[in-house]
Amino acid sequence: MSNANTKVKEPLFHVVKRIGMPTWQSWLIRIVSVVFALIICGVITVLMTGENPLQVYATIIKGAVGTERRIWSLAQNTAILLCVSLAVTPAFKMKFWNIGAEGQVLIGGLATTWCMLNFGDKLPNWLLIIVLLVVSIVSAALWAVIPAFFKARWNTNETLFTLMMNYIAIQIVSYYVLIHSNPKGSGFIGVINPNTEAGWLPKLFGQQYMINILIVIFLTVFMYIYLKYNKHGYELSVVGESENTARYIGINVKKVIIRTMILSGAICGIAGFLLVSGTDHTITRDTAGGRGFTAIMVSWLAKFNPIYMILTSLLIVFLQRGAGEISTVFNLNQSFSEIITGIIIFFIIGSEFFVNYSIKFREKEGK
Amino acid sequence: MKKALSIVLALVLAISCLGILSSCGTEKGGQTDKTDTAKTVKVGFIFLHDENSTYDNNFMKAAEEACKELGVEYLFKPNIPESDECKKAAEDLVDSGCNIIFADSFGHEDFMIQAAKEFPDVQFCHATGTKAHTENLANYHNAFASIYEGRYLAGVAAGLKLNEMIEAGKFTAEEAKMGYVGAFTYAEVISGYTSFYLGAKSICPSVTMEVQFTGSWYDETKEKEAATKLINDGCKLISQHADSMGAPTACETAGIPDVSYNGSTQTQCPNTFIISSRINWAPYYKYIIDCVQSGKQIDADWTGTIATESVLLTDVNEQAAAAGTQAKIDEVKAQLEAGTLHVFDTATFTVKGETLTTYLADVDSDADFQGETEVIVDGYFHESEYRSAPYFDLRIDGITLLNEEY
Repeated sequence: MSNANTKVKEPLFHVVKRIGMPTWQSWLIRIVSVVFALIICGVITVLMTGENPLQVYATIIKGAVGTERRIWSLAQNTAILLCVSLAVTPAFKMKFWNIGAEGQVLIGGLATTWCMLNFGDKLPNWLLIIVLLVVSIVSAALWAVIPAFFKARWNTNETLFTLMMNYIAIQIVSYYVLIHSNPKGSGFIGVINPNTEAGWLPKLFGQQYMINILIVIFLTVFMYIYLKYNKHGYELSVVGESENTARYIGINVKKVIIRTMILSGAICGIAGFLLVSGTDHTITRDTAGGRGFTAIMVSWLAKFNPIYMILTSLLIVFLQRGAGEISTVFNLNQSFSEIITGIIIFFIIGSEFFVNYSIKFREKEGK
Repeated sequence: MKKALSIVLALVLAISCLGILSSCGTEKGGQTDKTDTAKTVKVGFIFLHDENSTYDNNFMKAAEEACKELGVEYLFKPNIPESDECKKAAEDLVDSGCNIIFADSFGHEDFMIQAAKEFPDVQFCHATGTKAHTENLANYHNAFASIYEGRYLAGVAAGLKLNEMIEAGKFTAEEAKMGYVGAFTYAEVISGYTSFYLGAKSICPSVTMEVQFTGSWYDETKEKEAATKLINDGCKLISQHADSMGAPTACETAGIPDVSYNGSTQTQCPNTFIISSRINWAPYYKYIIDCVQSGKQIDADWTGTIATESVLLTDVNEQAAAAGTQAKIDEVKAQLEAGTLHVFDTATFTVKGETLTTYLADVDSDADFQGETEVIVDGYFHESEYRSAPYFDLRIDGITLLNEEY
């Protein structure tokens, strides 16, 4: 390794980048880190609650996949989270910090709600669903393109801009829900078209969430190809690496920013559509449920690779849903399961450090 | 692919280590029943938040009490949002063997109805909902309590306090103005503040009231701000519908007497807390468990009353309340129970200067928002009789709504 062999006082340890670590070794590091995470969670469980940690882990697993219905529920929640994660990924890869997915999803959901309420009894269901999809995509894309336009035109700070747009979206949804609430003044729209089921995504193979899942699988493949094999995908990663390079080789940076955010918003719109038409059949200000922010973690953990994102979103949803069961079975507050989830995710992220770097101690020739 | 495999491995490892043990998962419950005389009952509870919310905590405490007393098993599902997740939670509870499912939040209703249609053999009970009497499902039921009676009694305590302060020369009878922090301009809230006002007015005839809405069922900051605003407006006494500590804290800081809700806030506000009304859900839980055990039909709408001990008042805080409050409350309570006194007696209030003789209330929950049920009979407004959830939504004279946009 290329260490300076000076006589200057050497720090206790220093960090060295690893190159060419064998695959088995990187797996080992990851496995060991998960084992450590489980051990630490176990210790904390015993200290804080006195419960048997193995039973707690077993409950997490049962809570996530214990029954057929739970497996479907896991798959559906994974699909929605994955959908939002796919949406933010191209923007992130371009180093455009879109943290406005929450609002973009809500706007897509609101557009869906509006159409379901207004056209529910006027259009045949297949046509209505196509209208819902198109309207939600277009409205969320328009919502997302606003900060992109300002960024491209005046180089505004997209992080603050997209973040603030979330609150505007939440307030718009609150307002809409209030004026359409049923019973009057209650602050709830309630399930839309409960008897006609107009605008509801139909069941496929007897499964309510099947279409949701299939749409997201399609989007995942699309996004993988788009980022990896499409010229657009290449252009946005160049813009992300260096805007000057992009300009030098003749990429129209403004066009790429706007185009990418339209895509990002459009997929958020689909997520909003899936939540309202395919899952909840109503909208509240909590419909997006923080997924716009969790998606950021999913996307980063997977290093912006859509295929890996299937696994990272599954991991997070698995822990979330399993953890919910802890509060039912052990009567522990939800915060406790969040602590466990946090520790496990922290170790998984932390293991990447040891995969990429090694720590060298002073006067030691460790390898 | 490394990344992918690492995560797969993490999961596989976790599952393989522990999957074996999954059979040892325990189930929380009351004492598992030893009685084989009646049908085995297992109750599943769905809560919007967890025990940190005073609203949900009130349900949780009552659920534990009722289930333990009757020795039936139960499962809690806290933090269930008002979305498809509620239906999933209900289905999951059915899978776990529950034959009664209860949900505590208004927004859960439509999803409970969906689940009720899916499982006709399971009883679905929902607090604060409005649709059971129009859905015509044999296994879907609403419940509420005549909390307006409790608020009326709390209003009596407020009136006594106002009189005491007037007599002490702190302000004139004309200046006797109360403030009320509400959530939305929803019938449940309107019914609540109006009954409170009428209770106070029955003792202190010159009283007026201002209502400030927050546009949220739970928002501590907004509730505190609203209470502070009302105090600055010259309100001499505050009460609230909302569940947070916002309004009581603002009152304690300003030294303004407060009539609380959902339980005592005396420990936090020893100098200003007068009394609080709350709904006790245990009688309802015992009722539904008993119905299922003995194979009886549960009422589509069940309204708990003072007589069923569903409407409770906390102890009076002698330090803040006027002398003789408890005695007066007991007296009025006896009149309410005997039916000689009605909270919404049309002789005690006017709307736009006129005494009402007829009113069509919007009791069914269709989308037309039109009243269709005559509710003023025998000289009083029949609240919570045609369905359990309140439907009193009249704007009576003497109460000023400061912000109607909610």
